[in-house]
Amino acid sequence: MRPRTWIALLVALLVAALAGLALGPVSLAPGTVWSALFGNGDANAIAIVQTLRLPRIALGIVIGAGLGVSGAALQATLRNPLAEPYLLGVSGGAAVGAVTAVALHFTSLAVLPIAAFAGAALAVTLVLLVARAAGARGDPRVLLMAGVVVGAFANAAVMVLLAGAPGDTVRGALWWMMGSLSDATWQGTRWIAVYVVIGGTLLLALGREIELLALGEDPAAALGVDVERATRRVYLAASLLAAVTVAGAGLVGFVGLVVPAIVRALGARSVRSVMLGAAIAGGALVVAADVVARTVRAPAELPLGAVTALIGVPFFLSRLRRMT
Amino acid sequence: MIRFDDVVLRYASATRPAVNGVSLDAPRGAITAIVGPNGSGKSTLVRALLGRLVPERGTISLDGIPIQTLSRLEAARRVALVPQREEPAFPLVVRDFIALGRYAHGGVWSGETADDRAAIASAAQRAGVNEYLGRRTVELSGGEWQRVRIARALAQGGDALVLDEPTAFLDVAHEMAVFELLDALAREGRAVLLVSHQLNLVARFATRIALLHAGALAAFGTPDDVMRGDLLEQVYEWPLVVSRDPAVGAPVLVPLRHRAPR
Repeated sequence: MRPRTWIALLVALLVAALAGLALGPVSLAPGTVWSALFGNGDANAIAIVQTLRLPRIALGIVIGAGLGVSGAALQATLRNPLAEPYLLGVSGGAAVGAVTAVALHFTSLAVLPIAAFAGAALAVTLVLLVARAAGARGDPRVLLMAGVVVGAFANAAVMVLLAGAPGDTVRGALWWMMGSLSDATWQGTRWIAVYVVIGGTLLLALGREIELLALGEDPAAALGVDVERATRRVYLAASLLAAVTVAGAGLVGFVGLVVPAIVRALGARSVRSVMLGAAIAGGALVVAADVVARTVRAPAELPLGAVTALIGVPFFLSRLRRMT
Repeated sequence: MIRFDDVVLRYASATRPAVNGVSLDAPRGAITAIVGPNGSGKSTLVRALLGRLVPERGTISLDGIPIQTLSRLEAARRVALVPQREEPAFPLVVRDFIALGRYAHGGVWSGETADDRAAIASAAQRAGVNEYLGRRTVELSGGEWQRVRIARALAQGGDALVLDEPTAFLDVAHEMAVFELLDALAREGRAVLLVSHQLNLVARFATRIALLHAGALAAFGTPDDVMRGDLLEQVYEWPLVVSRDPAVGAPVLVPLRHRAPR
């Protein structure tokens, strides 16, 4: 990617973040936002910007980056441009892990990602086993079908776990299952960021292996990759990233699908640059989608996952048409 | 350099082995060819060289070192291999694709070194792909694509080059260019191991030919040893004659028609 494309991506992220600070049920003028950022001016504006919107935007950036990098790594490793954590059922598995942890009263965002990771790792293993049993490893559609099936199973499992819970808990859980940044806090965002940086660094370190796996298993082996070991590591790190985003913001689908494709279309060549670009573009997309979620029907808020699905599904269908 | 010693290979769910007790070697400085009907175990031998299939019996070794004791990286530094089929999931620029051959020589975060650049440039030159280094892999013709893949193997380096049907889909000129290149590489001292269906070209270029039949070695020797009408007719289950080409002096296989043409 050319330097000016990188700059354009960063500008897009900045614009989305500024829009996120200014827009919402209460719209603030750019000047007011600016002063409030530094603790000057109207006390209400300061509270809205610093306590409500800033952590929310930070969480959005971190979540989007995690989903983008995870999607980019999975697409290349599985050699499937339609792969992404939500469609592969990985996010669903993470939701089961997270809901189980909450049911057992582990609610800290330091611990929740680990439970979500356990669920996600289980789901990705299950999906790959189902796809392999179908005997069509080469067919990208079989893998997605396996992912959708495991995702449906995960949804059912969450419902079973929630049965008997008080009504408020169920409503809260369902809202979270649709994806939302509304519970963002600085402390939680810090934990999520730590895990996203760990998972992202692991995948970047595996960048050269992922590049070769995208050629196919035999060519990768011929060039020196230990295929089984490298693949396992990519799945684990990508699952960690997806799980962390689920722990932080629930199920936000399609970001991992759309963003790597955009970055590739913008000219990113190596897997590492696709992953880095997807991190930036993912952050911008999630923050922008959250602005839409907060403003379209204000004061009511749309689920974030619904907004990303409204963007992602048409995109998915156009890709699928091109493949078949 | 590459040696198969009484190797038995079986796929996970298969009842009978795909390769049964095959012994052959590919020395430096020569082209060694593996030929045989479809399903005779040629590509299985190649996959075993990649460590994708572990011998049930026997050993595969590189310069006397059993391949199982080498890491994939170490093996890739010794043997460059062009698998039969390959389709990148996402189109690559040709130069980037050739540069992937340098994987075994770099570290986790290391960028392209001067050695890498020199190896890539010389490989591209050798394989004759300099004109399309800037094109994308999806824009290449079948012949160009095969040459680009050979260029990547050359950039990988090592003392041995293994190719699984490198001239499938190529026209006569491209096919001859590939064989001439392999011949030159062998003359420079590399061990070239080649799986091919082109018996007549193999008979002209290879020093030795291994003929596989239903997973076993039907013959292994010089082209004159292996290119025998009775032997090939039995292995390929098709009537044929072997004559000698008056122009080049090599044995030539001519498959016959079951019935006389009208």
